[in-house]
Amino acid sequence: MATLQTRASARLMMTPAVVLLLLWMAVPLAMTLYFSMLRYNLLMPGMEEWAGTLNYRFFLTDPAFFTALANTLLLVGGVLLISVGGGIMMALLLDQPFFGQGLVRLMVIAPFFVMPTVSALVWKNMLMHPVNGLFAWISRTFGLQPVDWFAEAPLLSIVLIVSWQWLPFATLILLTALQSLDSEQKEAAEMDGAGSVSRFIHIVLPHMARAITVVVLIETIFLLSVFAEILVTTNGGPGIQTTTITYLVYVQALLQFDVGAASAGGIVAVVLANIVAIFLIRLIGKNLD
Amino acid sequence: MKVKRLALAACSALAIAAHAQAETLTIATVNNGDMIRMQKLSDAFTEQNPDIDLEWVTLEENVLRQRVTTDIATKGGQYDIMTIGTYEVPIWAKQEWLVPLDFGADYDVDDLLPAIRAGLSQDGTLYAAPFYGESSFVMYRKDLFEDAGLEMPEAPTWDFIAEAARKITDKENEIYGICLRGKAGWGENMAFLTAMANSFGARWFDMEWKPQFDQPEWKEALQFYVDLMNDAGPPGASSNGFNENLALFQTGKCGMWIDATVAASFVTNPEESQVADKVGFALAPDKGLGKRGNWLWAWSLAIPAGSQKIDAAKKFIAWATGKDYAALVADKEGWANVPPGTRTSLYENPAYQEAAPFAELTLKSIQAADPTHPTVEEVPYVGVQFVAIPEFQGIGTAVGQQFSAALAGQSTVDQALSNAQTLAEREMMKAGYTK
Amino acid sequence: MARAVPTRTKLGFTILGWLVGFLIFFPILWTVLTSFKTEGTAIATPPQFLFFAWTAENYIEVNARSDYFKHFANSVIISVGSTLLGLLIAIPAAWAMAFSPTKRTKDVLLWMLSTKMLPAVGVLVPIYLLFRDSGLLDTRLGLTVVLTMTNLPIIVWMLYTYFREIPGDILEAARMDGASLAKEIVYVLTPMAVPGIASTLLLNIILAWNEAFWTLNLTAAKAAPLTAFIASYSSPEGLFWAKLSAASTLAIAPILILGWFSQRQLVRGLTFGAVK
Repeated sequence: MATLQTRASARLMMTPAVVLLLLWMAVPLAMTLYFSMLRYNLLMPGMEEWAGTLNYRFFLTDPAFFTALANTLLLVGGVLLISVGGGIMMALLLDQPFFGQGLVRLMVIAPFFVMPTVSALVWKNMLMHPVNGLFAWISRTFGLQPVDWFAEAPLLSIVLIVSWQWLPFATLILLTALQSLDSEQKEAAEMDGAGSVSRFIHIVLPHMARAITVVVLIETIFLLSVFAEILVTTNGGPGIQTTTITYLVYVQALLQFDVGAASAGGIVAVVLANIVAIFLIRLIGKNLD
Repeated sequence: MKVKRLALAACSALAIAAHAQAETLTIATVNNGDMIRMQKLSDAFTEQNPDIDLEWVTLEENVLRQRVTTDIATKGGQYDIMTIGTYEVPIWAKQEWLVPLDFGADYDVDDLLPAIRAGLSQDGTLYAAPFYGESSFVMYRKDLFEDAGLEMPEAPTWDFIAEAARKITDKENEIYGICLRGKAGWGENMAFLTAMANSFGARWFDMEWKPQFDQPEWKEALQFYVDLMNDAGPPGASSNGFNENLALFQTGKCGMWIDATVAASFVTNPEESQVADKVGFALAPDKGLGKRGNWLWAWSLAIPAGSQKIDAAKKFIAWATGKDYAALVADKEGWANVPPGTRTSLYENPAYQEAAPFAELTLKSIQAADPTHPTVEEVPYVGVQFVAIPEFQGIGTAVGQQFSAALAGQSTVDQALSNAQTLAEREMMKAGYTK
Repeated sequence: MARAVPTRTKLGFTILGWLVGFLIFFPILWTVLTSFKTEGTAIATPPQFLFFAWTAENYIEVNARSDYFKHFANSVIISVGSTLLGLLIAIPAAWAMAFSPTKRTKDVLLWMLSTKMLPAVGVLVPIYLLFRDSGLLDTRLGLTVVLTMTNLPIIVWMLYTYFREIPGDILEAARMDGASLAKEIVYVLTPMAVPGIASTLLLNIILAWNEAFWTLNLTAAKAAPLTAFIASYSSPEGLFWAKLSAASTLAIAPILILGWFSQRQLVRGLTFGAVK
């Protein structure tokens, strides 16, 4: 009988979180859905009228839409690749005993605490600027032509900045996973004469698989909404090379103040995010059970 | 019923009592130097008006704009005084979101510079009081011009600017003939390019609101800009805005820089600028078509309609934009730091003329800008470096992205213009201006 | 059990570790250094590393200009408050999901996570209107609620993955002894769950501390946290590197110190079910 009772109380305990999230999700979402079918610009009150699918049509046929979609995926994918790949290497490195390990670990975690606007401003102007930046100074010291980051590789530059912010997060979680690896297991493999590479592939990597999926999931959620870095550095340009879906919604919402279009864009973004989510969940689902 | 009435009476009595104590004005403003100084000096105001407290919300321009616009449009009522620009004023005044401003005779409203006053008025009524005004002009390095055997006329042409820029450029030694804005954005590269295009005879829209990027004037202007920047501009130009160019100019990397007149006080400040004693000024260039490539902007203080504290807010605005404030700044921080570009009397003041070597040209630049007739041909809109319609921020930024791609060499001038034309047509159709 | 490591290898890793750590940390170090320069030296080329005239003038000016402690207090109240509130709601939910899973538990969990993907900027106007009507604009309470909501999915999920690691046998044993549900949570579960709760707490405080969309857009003067403090130093007309660096250093410092001190706790619970 205890199970029935516990089940009932379990449901009771879940209720606050679920109800609150339902409200948080449903109320604005319903309002957004409703607004998305209106011609509604904040700057022109009194002109609201039913617009049907007009806002959706304009958002989806925006010449920048597909590029923005691709850019979003590139941005998320690029940052994931760098932060997870880098994170694994950092975790392996920090797992080795060496002098001042604690201090180094602190330095590696630090970027996680910097606000996105600040890190974008610092990277753009103090490091990457082709004339006044530090990188340019280094290249010139070696007699090289400084790289004009935001003109030659704008999206890559943003990927680098964002990766720098998220590398610590990946490192932290992966390091935790790595340290939980049974040292006996490692030693047994060592005894068997397995080389470090095959040890990594056959023991360490499978062990970290779950932590990796966690990093991927959480980072994706946050990366889909990155836009402060874009706003500060390139404003979506040159051309539409750094325009992402979130940036397009931002333009509608906070430059045009077109609530109708921004709402439609928001709904489109949610649908897209959910497609990504379903894809990820498939991945996670397998890894989590 | 009785209870209710009693409660109401009690409430209003309370309200009156609270009123008698102190009113708190929440002021939203930009984090530019002149406003910071106003905040610092505002003790003088609260001493004169002990019944008014001030609470400051100082934010960077982009954040401030999105905050105050959201708030006023949703009638959020978070601010009693808002700092807005010449772009917002006509749009908001038309919506009756702003309280019309009338001041006593000692405010001397006729002392305001006519161009600025026109930009902040709707049908002759003033809706925002200018705190500081700016136009744009040419800043150049006198030493580099001398070395190259060039002489800057007071009113140069674009052809001269281009020739001089190419002559001065010495990429080996990191001297770039000209620094211009390139970062995409309606208030970034498009502020400069729109003003420049005006002098080339181009315009954003014709009288039927049809976008004009397919016209030869735009092609000429944009081609001129891209060629000039490729030959004589600094690397990274496509992501340079005001501040990036300021840093370049102050560290001696630019021969010329065409930008806001307020930059003059930064580049001549020896504490910040390595070239402080070598800077000369000239009017923004022209093409002989009757319009110069300079803009007009005024950061201004306004009161949102529906505010409960209109009287106190007006008192503060009259103080901050009045003549006495100028005298106060002059007294505490010197004449060079008085907020420029709003009053005729300031420019007639010999002490100011002496302290600010750029005063005369700033005034001339402001006078040369006409927000109501910004272009060579007729247009249906107000605004020199912008078009005062709600859709402009979005369209301007999207067009700015195209033009910055042309500058970065990622698309041709023709491609950029035809993309700009398509997207502007689309937006104007969506907004219902054109069919 | 420590393995014997040849000193030479250890030395090699020391050099490599410090090099990589230094490179990653460099932008922050550079920001801190810049905060002690004058605006002029901050943009000087070639860049000046250590041998410049150090000055505290930026910190003095930042403190004169804005009320750092007000923003700091707001940040603390909002980030800690929203995390605690979130934990209060999430602990029972995660507990229920972990120990009495139903067919739909996973769906609920994933649905919660997907709510995080709604782009904030798209729902700004609806939320702003709701806040205006309920008088929550520019209040710490309002921001606490918003940040609780935005981080709740992550909190629930982190706790869920952690709770699942707690062996069910122990609970069974407790139940056999006739422990009530409340006792089960207080005496059995909580002690085992402390590391997981602690790292969830820390991670969410960090996330809430750095949240810069809602905290900027729903506040004016009273409830503005450090993100608004930063926004008043970023990108004015004119040079701002040194002052922005000083403001950033001040804004980052508390959370960085917290992070450093609690590193061990933060890491211990971040296993996300990797421990079997």
